Amino acid sequence: MQMIYDDNWVLSVGTFLPMLGVLVLLITPKANEAAIKLVALITSIATVVVGAFTLFSFNFDKAGSMQFVAEAEWIPLIKSTYFIGVDGISLPLYLLSMVITLLVVIYSLDHVPSPGNPKAFFILMLILQTGMAGTFIAQDLILFFVFFELVLLPMFFMIGVWGGEQRQYASLKFFLYTMFGSALMLVAFLAIFFKTGAESFSIPYLVENGAGIAKNVQVWIFAGMFVGFAVKVPMFPFHTWLPDAHTQAPTQGSVILAAVLLKLGTYGFVRIAIPMLPDAALEWAPWIGGLAVIGIIYGALGCLAQTDMKRLIAFSSVAHMGFVMLGISTLTSFGVNAAVFGMVAHGLITGMLFFIAGSVKERYHTLEINKLGGMLTQAPRLGWILGLCTMASLGLPGLAGFWGEFPAILSAYNPADGLNVTVYRVYMVIAAIGTVLAAGYLLWLYQRTAFGTPKGGDHEEIHDVTTREWLAWVPMLVAIVVFGVVPNLLFSIIDPAVQETLRAFGG
Amino acid sequence: MTLSLTLAAGWVAPTIDYHALAPEIVLAIGLTVVLLVDLFTTERNKWLLSVLTGFSLLGAVLPVLTLMLHDNSVRSLFDGRYVVDEFSLVMKGLFLLAGYVIVLLSTSHVEEGDYWRGEYWFLLLSSLLGMMMMASARDLVSVFVALEFLSIPAYMLAAWRKRDVKSNEAGVKYFLLGVFASAVMLYGMSMLYGVANSTLLIDIGKSIDLDGAFGAVQALAIVFVVVGFAFKVSAVPFHTWAPDTYEGAPTPVTAFLSVASKAAGFTALVVMVLTAFPEGRDVWQPFIWGLSALTMTVGNLFALRQTNFVRMIAYSSVSQGGFVLMPLAVAGGPAGESALRAVVVYLLVYAATNLGMFAVILAVSRKTRSGEISSLGGLFSYAPAMGVLLTLFLASLAGIPPLGGWIGKFSAFQALLTDATPWAYVLAIIGAVNSVIAFGYYGNIMREVWMRPVPHGDTTPIVTPSSIQIALGITAVVTLLFGILPGIVLRFGEMAELLGAFGG
Repeated sequence: MQMIYDDNWVLSVGTFLPMLGVLVLLITPKANEAAIKLVALITSIATVVVGAFTLFSFNFDKAGSMQFVAEAEWIPLIKSTYFIGVDGISLPLYLLSMVITLLVVIYSLDHVPSPGNPKAFFILMLILQTGMAGTFIAQDLILFFVFFELVLLPMFFMIGVWGGEQRQYASLKFFLYTMFGSALMLVAFLAIFFKTGAESFSIPYLVENGAGIAKNVQVWIFAGMFVGFAVKVPMFPFHTWLPDAHTQAPTQGSVILAAVLLKLGTYGFVRIAIPMLPDAALEWAPWIGGLAVIGIIYGALGCLAQTDMKRLIAFSSVAHMGFVMLGISTLTSFGVNAAVFGMVAHGLITGMLFFIAGSVKERYHTLEINKLGGMLTQAPRLGWILGLCTMASLGLPGLAGFWGEFPAILSAYNPADGLNVTVYRVYMVIAAIGTVLAAGYLLWLYQRTAFGTPKGGDHEEIHDVTTREWLAWVPMLVAIVVFGVVPNLLFSIIDPAVQETLRAFGG
Repeated sequence: MTLSLTLAAGWVAPTIDYHALAPEIVLAIGLTVVLLVDLFTTERNKWLLSVLTGFSLLGAVLPVLTLMLHDNSVRSLFDGRYVVDEFSLVMKGLFLLAGYVIVLLSTSHVEEGDYWRGEYWFLLLSSLLGMMMMASARDLVSVFVALEFLSIPAYMLAAWRKRDVKSNEAGVKYFLLGVFASAVMLYGMSMLYGVANSTLLIDIGKSIDLDGAFGAVQALAIVFVVVGFAFKVSAVPFHTWAPDTYEGAPTPVTAFLSVASKAAGFTALVVMVLTAFPEGRDVWQPFIWGLSALTMTVGNLFALRQTNFVRMIAYSSVSQGGFVLMPLAVAGGPAGESALRAVVVYLLVYAATNLGMFAVILAVSRKTRSGEISSLGGLFSYAPAMGVLLTLFLASLAGIPPLGGWIGKFSAFQALLTDATPWAYVLAIIGAVNSVIAFGYYGNIMREVWMRPVPHGDTTPIVTPSSIQIALGITAVVTLLFGILPGIVLRFGEMAELLGAFGG
């Protein structure tokens, strides 16, 4: 893989800038909430500015190469280096994490969830941002692992302190699942390190050399990584932490979780597990595809059974990530392209849905679907935004969701050489049925919440979308539409990097 | 009569390398001074004792540093019975600095406890001196003397709160089981002497050879010695003293036992298995493998059930001991050097983290006067700094990057995977699963600190004595530094070459 070392400071600054904000916040007095919010806002704006600079200096003609690469000594004794860079797969996700954090900060300016304490809340959010961004740029397995784990504690506290009634249970469950996965993942990382001659933890190096490992060993190492990433995605049957975590998390936590954290898992498959262990990937792919379609159907059926709006959106994540994983499991550039697009699209759409759920909860003081209704008459703008997002989520052409879902299904028609075509065509049919179910539960949700007449007499003060909410939401809505209309904006960056990644499978 | 005269005539005084012994000498002087000053000071001036103790520990660090920087890295005294190599220096540094932090933790506790202050400091220093000797002892006799030297003051320290029944129980239990362990070990040592006809560890290492007559006696001797140290490091099933002792002993003493005393036990265990019976690996490797798996798992499962904080820490420290044993289970094979490094790294990180946690507990319990986990409820809301520090230390113990603990766990896994045998892989998986279970109780405390209400709504601020603040500062900085720049602690691990191990 080609390395471009220009502007090698950009990524480090973009990643660690939030930590500077954390330091400033630490010395800001707790009582001065205005100053705290200002610092958090400035930090996240500055981060996005650095991100924008990264985007504009990115060499789009070489999206398949690592760019802004920086290497520095870190832990020489275990041959791990501070090695970072972005290519066309990392860049959209790296920027997504920055933008989502900024929007969540804007949303939080007047929505700090109970029990308050904005200082701690924003500190955790900024630490989270560093962890997320770092995971997408790390080109060294140990560095990846450190960033991957860095997001755990802030999220644990975000759910556990600012969450709903079952928050303590949900936060611990979230943590234990993820930690179980990452413990096995670390063992797998060490195993691949030793099996490639204990030379380096560098991801490009291991991609070069991992293929040389004997197939039966590869399968075992892949198993360790699989558990680590699959818990994070989450894939059926490791998904049970997700509905609890999402439902109990504060709006901000749900948005970040859905928009970025879940992508750490799928990104891990695309960046690490599959290119490093191609033989094992071929061996595992049908199983991954199978679990993915089970996830699609299971998630959809779960959605149909939900009575809580937020829990429904959470289950729809299981289904959507199923499409992403199905795309990845085909091991074709077509499928992986769809998957990476799906990651971004799901981040925007489901993030947006959780924002709406938060605002609905704030207005109606409930998320019970039975008690909602008539949103279009009470808060028409909110209702229309919800409409747009449900349409996007069910994969309506012209909106971003379509380009993640449809190509992923299509890619299963023709999986990579060495995979059983019949099996994948069955998957394709099941996944297609999944889209019908998705339309079913999303439209039903929309019908029950937005149509009809308002229920209950105590919601007289329902106000429509506020300015802060517009500020936080418009960028996401615009992105959903723009990527829906001109998907090539993303595909043109992703594709070269995917080609590069899948070289072992003949493209 | 004639015999003794002949012996006396043939005896030549050994040349003593005073530089090599300087740390021990400084400590010996220090503890004598403490004892004397205690005799001649009035109650009001007893605070001087803690200052003197702290200074003698820091004073002993100086020669450790000069020895480390000196070119002549290995100094062998008394025909190789007392060796100052890099491994011993790193461990001595650990004992002295951990001792210093414990002095900081004890100061306010001892001042307010109106018990025998002078004795406390004297016993602490004696036990530390025993540990220093343990790090250098390379002979069955000096190993045993050092072990008793470090243990006996520790028994007394555990029972230091004389009028408290629990403290008495702590001391007696610790004493009885400790003595039992010593006896078992001594029996094993006598067999070793019988086999090797020498008490020098290196000679024993030469005589216990797989090619030669390796029989039941050798195997039994190895097992007995390992069992003896297993008591010391509270490995399951020899851990039963730990929870009661930890709970009953004064909290700073618990910190001392769970950090310094445990590290000393591991030091001796490492020296024994690597220099005295490297060729007996077929006996001790599986044995330690089993101990490690059991210790991690049982320690964790019991810790999950505790409602008392100190008992939970006791079981957590049992289970952490299992993680230190993990690399030792492969130390006889090709992974030997990385296993030794892993043990040293783990002990260094664990010491900083665990001491930090005890510092928080001491500070908080000054207000709450309780050892129950529920007394920590809502700590973050009224003492955010304490809450955050406790969270950092717990996260480090759980092995979450970027806090120190992860590099300890990482090194241990690394050693296992270097060995690359199926047994090593299985142990690595057991370790991985256990590190998740461990978060069950570490996370429970975090939950208490961050998410639960304050008991009785008592949000009066915590007044932390400056000595504990310093201790908190030191341990927090070290824990973070080891985690973010693990190169530092790994370098100590790399440096720690053990004379006589790996054919060196």
